[in-house]
Amino acid sequence: MSKANLLDRRQVVSTLLANRKDVVAIGGLGASTNDICAAGDHARNFYLWGGMGGAAMIGLGLALAQPKLPVLVITGDGEMLMGLGSLATIALQKPSNLSIAVLDNEAYGETGGQTSHTSAAADLVGIAKACGIADSRAVTTLAEVEAFAQAVQDVSAGPRFANVKIDSASVERILPTRDGTHIVNRIRGDLGFNPI
Amino acid sequence: MHARTDAADTTPSWPDDIFATLQRFDVRQVPYVPDAGHSRLIQRVLDSSTMRGIPLTTEEEGVALLAGAWTGGQRGVLLMQSSGVGNCINMLSLIPILRFPFLTLVTMRGEWGEFNPWQVPMGSTTQGVFELSGVQVLRASDAAEVPAVLEAAAAQAYNALTPTAVLLSQRLIGAKVFTK
Repeated sequence: MSKANLLDRRQVVSTLLANRKDVVAIGGLGASTNDICAAGDHARNFYLWGGMGGAAMIGLGLALAQPKLPVLVITGDGEMLMGLGSLATIALQKPSNLSIAVLDNEAYGETGGQTSHTSAAADLVGIAKACGIADSRAVTTLAEVEAFAQAVQDVSAGPRFANVKIDSASVERILPTRDGTHIVNRIRGDLGFNPI
Repeated sequence: MHARTDAADTTPSWPDDIFATLQRFDVRQVPYVPDAGHSRLIQRVLDSSTMRGIPLTTEEEGVALLAGAWTGGQRGVLLMQSSGVGNCINMLSLIPILRFPFLTLVTMRGEWGEFNPWQVPMGSTTQGVFELSGVQVLRASDAAEVPAVLEAAAAQAYNALTPTAVLLSQRLIGAKVFTK
């Protein structure tokens, strides 16, 4: 079921990545990984097809290794809920170049639309803030998405977190490559690293 | 109150051997869930200017972190206790899929004079869990063999991308002693 006035996930992600410049974008398992592909395949897109709960931590490892590079994790509410502890881990490390955007449709869309904890109880912004990520935003408008996309470019003021309420409408399936080794080596190559 | 048997009380040098090997292999990110057996190594890492110690809330965070670190050009090593290995299982699937260098150093519980029965089930299956998950297992049971085992483990993990776990046996670390 869709509520009125909620944002469209594809519009949110294309806005986040519209002027991405050097951003490495990590898409969490589920529709989010398809969304970053739908916004345009890119050598710096990290598509996850597994490892549920790990997207934010992959972002942390990358952000710490490349502190001048903006790193943006785009994931869903279910995937984030599975890795809540990583918000505490990230807050402790204070990676100033890491941003996390959760596309919160309050449901597990890939598995039949079962409601998630954010539908009635869990407040991801409150959790992120309480873990120690001071810049944690509840986003409900496209203007706020645009503002967050701009903030992502500032690699000196993170970490930052945004929970974006989106509608739970099904969208056209756009599937990125499933070859994990290709995905990693393509990003490494774009960053200037040679194969082993 | 917890005390340690003499193996730990005499400040063993094997953690320093491990630290030196990790340094030589240019390891930069060291995620860990604290364990008494790793305490000296963790302290060396936190005091280091080239390595970053990263405390985790649960061990699988470290597997994902190492994938991201490698994508960004850095090597890492995951420090944990045997009970944490079970927490990692699904995340270990990232290793063959993304093909990043994976090295973990695991302090063993649930063996060699264990006092706490709750440690035994996971300690007994640690090696099997790794092997079923595609991670090769090496073991160090006394201080003298630590440098050679670490050297071999780091070499095959970082040079040949062979996922590798080193089990640091409870015999090496010293069985935990509980006193009232």
